[in-house]
Amino acid sequence: MNPQFLIDGLLTGSMIGLGAIGVTLTYSILRFSNFAHGDLMAWGTYATLLIVGAITALFGKVAPFSPLSFGWPLMLALALAMVVTGGLALLLDRILFSRLRAKGQMIIVVMASFGASMALRNMLEFLFTSRPAYFSRAIQIAMPVGFGLRITPDQIALLILTAVLVTLVHLIMTRSRIGREMRAVSQNPALARVAGIDVARVVRFTWLIGGALACVAGVMIGVLVQIRPLMGFDMLLPIFAAAILGGIGSVPGAVLGGLIIGLSEAAAVQIVGAEWRAAVAFLILMAVLFIRPIGLFGVKER
Amino acid sequence: MELLSYAAFFLTTALVFALITLGLNLQWGLTGLFNVGVAGFVAVGAYVSAILTTPDDAARIGGFALPLPLGWLAAMLAAGLVAAIVGVATLRLKSDYLAITTFGVAVVVQLVALNAQGLTGGPFGIGFIPRPFATLAETPLIFNLANLAVVALVTLLVYLALEHLAKSPWGRVLKALREDERAAISLGKSARFYRVQAFALGGAVMGLAGAVQAHFIGFIAPENYLPTLTFQVWTMLIVGGSGSNRGAVLGSILVWAIWVGSGTFVAAFVPTDQQARAAALQIVAIGVMLCLILLLRPSGLLRARVPREG
Repeated sequence: MNPQFLIDGLLTGSMIGLGAIGVTLTYSILRFSNFAHGDLMAWGTYATLLIVGAITALFGKVAPFSPLSFGWPLMLALALAMVVTGGLALLLDRILFSRLRAKGQMIIVVMASFGASMALRNMLEFLFTSRPAYFSRAIQIAMPVGFGLRITPDQIALLILTAVLVTLVHLIMTRSRIGREMRAVSQNPALARVAGIDVARVVRFTWLIGGALACVAGVMIGVLVQIRPLMGFDMLLPIFAAAILGGIGSVPGAVLGGLIIGLSEAAAVQIVGAEWRAAVAFLILMAVLFIRPIGLFGVKER
Repeated sequence: MELLSYAAFFLTTALVFALITLGLNLQWGLTGLFNVGVAGFVAVGAYVSAILTTPDDAARIGGFALPLPLGWLAAMLAAGLVAAIVGVATLRLKSDYLAITTFGVAVVVQLVALNAQGLTGGPFGIGFIPRPFATLAETPLIFNLANLAVVALVTLLVYLALEHLAKSPWGRVLKALREDERAAISLGKSARFYRVQAFALGGAVMGLAGAVQAHFIGFIAPENYLPTLTFQVWTMLIVGGSGSNRGAVLGSILVWAIWVGSGTFVAAFVPTDQQARAAALQIVAIGVMLCLILLLRPSGLLRARVPREG
């Protein structure tokens, strides 16, 4: 087997892991699986694309940081789009999810997220058509890094970005006040409220983090593959599988689950062929549900 | 004449949707099980029946040319079996896991339909599926009416059977489980066992609907079973009012009329190169409608008089 699958798997795994962090946080704090999460990724990517276009219109073509395929416009656009995507998630919660949550039937919220996912995705298809778009059409030469492995500068940059973001989120969750409050709400919302925690603030922060990371994951796909309205929805199954494999509510679990699924997918592409890639996540999901439904780092629900 | 023929065709398609919605109503309306992979179960039924009843085709497995009722029966069994396996795997866990798993089932069924060429014909699908009244096809009116009669009969039978089931002791246990699980369990009812049964039965009805549709169109392909189908069926059930079989049938006809009506409008007034975008906007509108109904009238548009049992 060609060892190159390690690099491909690491990259796919990073995208899945970043998406899974959002899903696992929404699930553990708001207690529903958000089927619109993949479409937040796509919205974030298109927002980035639009902002890059606006910057190019204002400042003219900016030379990329050699040897990367992108320059400061993309980085600035990504930072802005992360805020926009977080805002979009907040807006969805305000007009839809929070009202249904108040009625108490969580599964209705799941259904609404499915409806919202359809609407969001087709809105993109209406605005941008289903034709794929690209951040850059430049072709990058993969450099050899030993052991027969090759990697492009873009890929290295995005892997570093993922590592930084994951560490940051982990530090926030374990060291900061808002992180402790988030964990408290996920373990026992009623008790957290009694202890004086502002649950509404925790909820807002959860959506912001989830939306921002979804945006990064989407832009990674956009830089390394292509931008399509379906790009996020197609990632939904691996993302859910990663969140469940890692254990609902666990950030390190979501990332590890993402990497495991990414690597398995990349290995499967070499063994059985690329067309069966999406089945890998499903097989892993079923195995977890049968053998250890609480996942690798999960805790039993009370 | 043309119009009558078209009306028959429209109603036939709407009633196939009604069949799927009836299956979903058994799972969701009666039992509270959330299925996000409806399209997958419909596809399983359609493909199983198509493979078993079509004549020989060199490109894929088949040539069984079994009689049509056997194909339909096998379709129900296959889709029911898939549903039962999913149920056994997930119904002891939180309800979200069922949703995620059924979503995965639909993805995998779509993959198999697209890639297992030797079984499903791949992207080209399966053609030459026997149609019950193929000899009448020369006069569209009679052909469409005959199809409508068959589909209406199947729908009526399923409807009556489901109504009967809902009132039977079995259906009452399901309702009790939905309303107050702990009380029902304390009466000695195994929640998981009943739920797996209801989920499998609902899946079987969806499989039957898929088979019926395949035999009335005569051709199936993977793109008939995209998530949009699942979404349409959910909207039909929610519009009609979940929990009521009558609502499921009426909601299907109403939503399908809206769908076809707006589609005709798009085809007539939107330039050809923009039609894909207009179709996307159509789905946006239905998605917003679904969310609005969930927010404003969770018991459904058509469900005015039925008080909540319990």
